Amino acid sequence: MNDNDIVLRVEDIHKSFGGIEVLRGVSFDVRRGETKVFIGPSGTGKSTLLRCINQLTPPDRGRVWLDGEEVTNSGARINHFRQKIGMVFQNFFLFDHLTAVKNVELALLKVRGMSKAEAREKALTELRQVGMEDWAEHYPAELSGGQAQRVSIARALAMDPDVILFDEPTSALDPELTREVLEVMKKLAKNGMTMLVVTHEMGFACSVANEVLFMENGVVAEQGSPDLLLNDPRFTRMKDFIGRIDSRMSD
Amino acid sequence: MDQAVFLFDILLPALMQGLVITLQLIACSAPFGLALGIAVAVGRQYGHPAISWLCRTYVFLIKGTPLLLLLFILYFGLPSVGITLTAFMASILGFILCNGAYNAEYIRGALISIKEGQMVAARSLGMTRWQAIRSVILPQALRRAIPGLSNEFIYLIKYSSLAYMITVIELSGAGKLVATKYFTYTESFAAVGIVYLVLVSITTIAVNILEKRVAVPGTVRATPSAQL
Amino acid sequence: MDILPILIDWSPYILSGVASTLGLVLTALGLGILLGLPMALGQVYGAWPVRAVVGVYVWFFRGLPILVLLFLFWFGIFPAIGLGHLSAFVVGAVVLGLRGAAYQSQIFRGAIQSVGEGQMIAARSLGMSKFTAIQSVILPQAMRIALPGWSNEYPNILTDSAVCYAIGVVELLTITSRIVTQTHMTMPVYLVAAGIFIILNYGGLKFLHGLEKRVAIPGFGTGAT
Repeated sequence: MNDNDIVLRVEDIHKSFGGIEVLRGVSFDVRRGETKVFIGPSGTGKSTLLRCINQLTPPDRGRVWLDGEEVTNSGARINHFRQKIGMVFQNFFLFDHLTAVKNVELALLKVRGMSKAEAREKALTELRQVGMEDWAEHYPAELSGGQAQRVSIARALAMDPDVILFDEPTSALDPELTREVLEVMKKLAKNGMTMLVVTHEMGFACSVANEVLFMENGVVAEQGSPDLLLNDPRFTRMKDFIGRIDSRMSD
Repeated sequence: MDQAVFLFDILLPALMQGLVITLQLIACSAPFGLALGIAVAVGRQYGHPAISWLCRTYVFLIKGTPLLLLLFILYFGLPSVGITLTAFMASILGFILCNGAYNAEYIRGALISIKEGQMVAARSLGMTRWQAIRSVILPQALRRAIPGLSNEFIYLIKYSSLAYMITVIELSGAGKLVATKYFTYTESFAAVGIVYLVLVSITTIAVNILEKRVAVPGTVRATPSAQL
Repeated sequence: MDILPILIDWSPYILSGVASTLGLVLTALGLGILLGLPMALGQVYGAWPVRAVVGVYVWFFRGLPILVLLFLFWFGIFPAIGLGHLSAFVVGAVVLGLRGAAYQSQIFRGAIQSVGEGQMIAARSLGMSKFTAIQSVILPQAMRIALPGWSNEYPNILTDSAVCYAIGVVELLTITSRIVTQTHMTMPVYLVAAGIFIILNYGGLKFLHGLEKRVAIPGFGTGAT
């Protein structure tokens, strides 16, 4: 494998909260243009893992590299890396006092130092990408959950990130609204965006993921293509997990 | 003059005398201020439209007027229309009127926050409207109003100092007299300040204990906890 | 004797009292923001020594009666630190402002703390520094949340400003007392003064509530008091 293809390298991440070890040594490489999906029971550290990557939650141990530069222990340079590592949250976290377009503009103005005109143009372009250009002047409270999430994706895209982290992007949404967000994410994947996605959407995982990482008890328990994990008899744990979800849903 | 002599033989005895007057002012005002507040709040919320209007106007006028001006009106103004009050009486009357208006606002807020179902349930048991208010609505509302009422009580402690401006020699006045006589302004007023801080801090603690004592499981507070 | 001619005769004097009272209030409000906002930020984001200092400041200025604070600074502290030449007006405005800062800092603090933590997380995830995030994400929201509570500081400071009478500031109440002494029209003059205070009080509040509406954002913390 060509090392130059690797955009993100995560090595041996450990994290404890109040004596409870949530992450117990997680490592993986992400190649440019790849979509990795993280699946597993809740409380197994998937969201913490994402936050450890961009240091919103600094890991206790382990290292993260972006394009060969170390992200961990980078001091004030972390703000530079965070521009390159976009993040989309379960509850959107749109800036409630700003319209959709201004949500996308803000970091362009304050972090990138763009001019107002440039930032506006860029923001509108990104909103168009996610089909939200007609809602540019609306405030977050005036948007549906699906619309808000699409704006938050545009906000992350606007920084031209090398990789975007999706932390359960559809868990707070109704099934119908989930679909519109997943459509946007599929389009991004097709256009070559590098994405790490924590989700419970198996359909999305199967159709989009290059690799699925099944996490359990703070480690990656199984890892491989969706096809492999679902059909190869050597892999059982993710299938068990999915079976449990399915039986619970059919109850 | 010796610092210790000044402190123990002059300042502290004077402040103690003043403190007694301050405590008298508070003790004579607070119960009536609370009663007035309850009456005005209930009158405004449940009374005949004319009474409701009267209660609202009273709160409006008192909240708009500085307490010091109210005291001037009661002490210097009333004699010109044939009513003469002692300075102490005028102070108490002023504090009751002021305290009552602000208390009424907190109690009214708490009354509004009590769910309609409480009244409906009480009436369905055959209670009259007034019985329902007295034995179902008010006990709940007053609990919720405790943080706000406590804040007003703390304000009353502090604003009782204004009685000095109409010649009542309470705590602040006692400090002022000593300060002027002995040219010990910073020391005297700092000492007065410490006494108020102690009074207010003790009250804050007492109020928080009271609030826990009367709390009913599962009920929400209408106003944030009393804090100094 | 009728009250109306007296009022007309004295109207310039009364107006100067109104101006002085408003001067006290506006200075105090301004000083309150200028000091109260950094204090609130210090209490929320500062290290423990900062939080402790602000805590003691707030405890002190909220625990003392305004009359005692005015006496303490006018007769005691300011002369003792070589500021004895300051006018009563300046001392009155500064003391009202220092005290206002204590109250306002707690309004701002509550508002900052009520901004959802996701706002900071999202801002940091975009590469904003903590400072930029506070300045362009947290504060614009916190100030809107704080506005209704902050508006209520206006009537408080207005009614407290009358206590500046005690240190000889020539504000509305002082002027009222002088007119009473000169004309012996006691009650009518007091009632007119009360009327003016009431108008200033509710007029100012109306203006501030108008301001709240102007900066309101759909679905964002308005109407909350």
